Amino acid sequence: MTETRTTGAHGGAIGMHGIKKWFGNFQAVNDVSLEIRSNEFFTLLGPSGCGKTTLLRMIAGFELPTEGQVLLDGTDISRLLPNQRPVNTVFQNYALFPHLTVAENIGFGLKMLGKPKSEIDSVVGDMLKLVHLDGRGNNPVTQLSGGQQQRVALARALAPRPKVLLLDEPLSALDLKLRKSMQVELKRLQTETGITFVFVTHDQEEALTMSDRIAVMSTGTVRQIGSPWDIYDRPSERFVADFIGETNFLEADVVSVSGDKARVRLSSGAEISATYPEGVTPQGKVTIVIRPEHARLGPPGSGVLEGAIHTIVYLGTDNHFHVTIDDGKTFTVRQQNANSAPCGFSVGERISVAINDDVAQILRD
Amino acid sequence: MAKSFSIKRQPGFATIAMLCFFLLYLPIATLVVYSFNSGTSIATWEGFSLRWFESAWNNQQVMEASWRSLRIAAVAAVIATACATLAAIATTRTAPYRGLTFKYSIINMPLLVPEIVTAVALLILFSRIKVWTGYSGLGYLIVAHAAFCIPFAYMPIRARLESMDLSLERAASDLYASSFQTFRYVTLPLLWPGILAGLMLAFVISLDDVVITEFVKSGGQDTLPTYMLGQLRRVVTPEMNAISTAFLVLSLAIVTVFFFLSRNPNKNNE
Repeated sequence: MTETRTTGAHGGAIGMHGIKKWFGNFQAVNDVSLEIRSNEFFTLLGPSGCGKTTLLRMIAGFELPTEGQVLLDGTDISRLLPNQRPVNTVFQNYALFPHLTVAENIGFGLKMLGKPKSEIDSVVGDMLKLVHLDGRGNNPVTQLSGGQQQRVALARALAPRPKVLLLDEPLSALDLKLRKSMQVELKRLQTETGITFVFVTHDQEEALTMSDRIAVMSTGTVRQIGSPWDIYDRPSERFVADFIGETNFLEADVVSVSGDKARVRLSSGAEISATYPEGVTPQGKVTIVIRPEHARLGPPGSGVLEGAIHTIVYLGTDNHFHVTIDDGKTFTVRQQNANSAPCGFSVGERISVAINDDVAQILRD
Repeated sequence: MAKSFSIKRQPGFATIAMLCFFLLYLPIATLVVYSFNSGTSIATWEGFSLRWFESAWNNQQVMEASWRSLRIAAVAAVIATACATLAAIATTRTAPYRGLTFKYSIINMPLLVPEIVTAVALLILFSRIKVWTGYSGLGYLIVAHAAFCIPFAYMPIRARLESMDLSLERAASDLYASSFQTFRYVTLPLLWPGILAGLMLAFVISLDDVVITEFVKSGGQDTLPTYMLGQLRRVVTPEMNAISTAFLVLSLAIVTVFFFLSRNPNKNNE
């Protein structure tokens, strides 16, 4: 591993306050406020058109907010030009300068800052090592593979030691295997450099793998901010639960609330305990979510939901059982294939679904 | 898609194509062949000789006109290309606004206005200026040529700018480049092939011009095309063919040189 460049490692903190952005009659961002902490790997996650890229571009300076402020370490940078912000971007298509070599691309930012050649050369050397491209400095960037171009783009954005690195879906052009290894690589770079990373993606798995915290966005607003665990296991609303991973939605009635848990009655009449989002007082009819891997199949009468197996999907590592429960809804159970043996259930078989403790989450409605 | 439509497989395609090329190049081929005629006729072949090239080379007027043509074309092409580059940047690197189409039309107007109209207009204007200033040098021809060459230089430059990935300039500004630095280190190097193509077009267009030159030139300011036009009114000898052939070779040479200059070393940067 290369020497860690921790000198003065201080990732900037970003504050976005009441950001609104209109493009003509279209509102791309609708009143977003969020805090990105120093040295954090922060992800903006959402489907295309949700405003995540617009937010990123407002941090970079390529777009100006119609309303609201962007703060970097407490200083308002909303109106600064991109070249006045100590923030660098890794572009989706890399945007490498085709007429320059690998080394010239990486050194571009420092050259524009008027750094002496000796300093540029030494930083470029360090960067080439950091992204495992030693000895490729004099290659034209156009002769590199997609994965190598990606790493040049990263090195180029990291070389001027920005306070914040912005990454605009940088992995979307890579094939699956390369994407996986780059995920690990990005996380390593972030830890090693201590720079705050703001990562934009529509890929929930990417977000869960790398992020310290995730902001889930849709239609120009932030739906939930939290750790990957929060987002996956404690989704606060239907959009978040649905967007991230597979989910079962069930109707239930609140029976009682005590502390941070509530007792809810399912359609079968069975009662389970469920958690609920902050600031919500669960009452009456609610929707709860249960992840497929948090439920188990058992013989009739052993669980909380009764039904029959509708389909079985074999996925190698696990099986997906689509169960038609007795109220007519479909419920998916995912069971790992821990033993190298058939799953032991057959289509049409009457079964019962058991739900693990403390896995159900009540949604804000 | 092996069975997709291809014009090459249409019946008669090859025949028609060959016929077109034949008709296009037959006159030029004839001209070139007769420039090597040893006789004084431009229609009767009397044997191979380089005498007309020699005669053209030793013709003081031809050499002066050629040299004048080249000087005018070189200066006018540089001026036109500089203006066209600025115009192309101004019309492609802004958010679209009302009046942008109008600006395109203004820039390209010289392509549409009949050349004779421009020529008469320039004649009148320049004669006034001549009276006021007393200046009667090559400046008038250079300015006139630069003016009608601008749209020709503008087209390839604008096309190049429009095909250029805007995120490159964005990346430069993200990496602390001022707008001048962005132009100097990113836009200009990538635009270079377009600028060379524009320069080449402007040069060739200027070299070739007759109508405007004929109107604007003062006495003793013949360019090669206007000199040849003047000669055609008298005795026509294969010397004309020889001059034309030399002119053709020169144009081809210039086009070839520019083509290789403007080829991008990084081929997949489009």
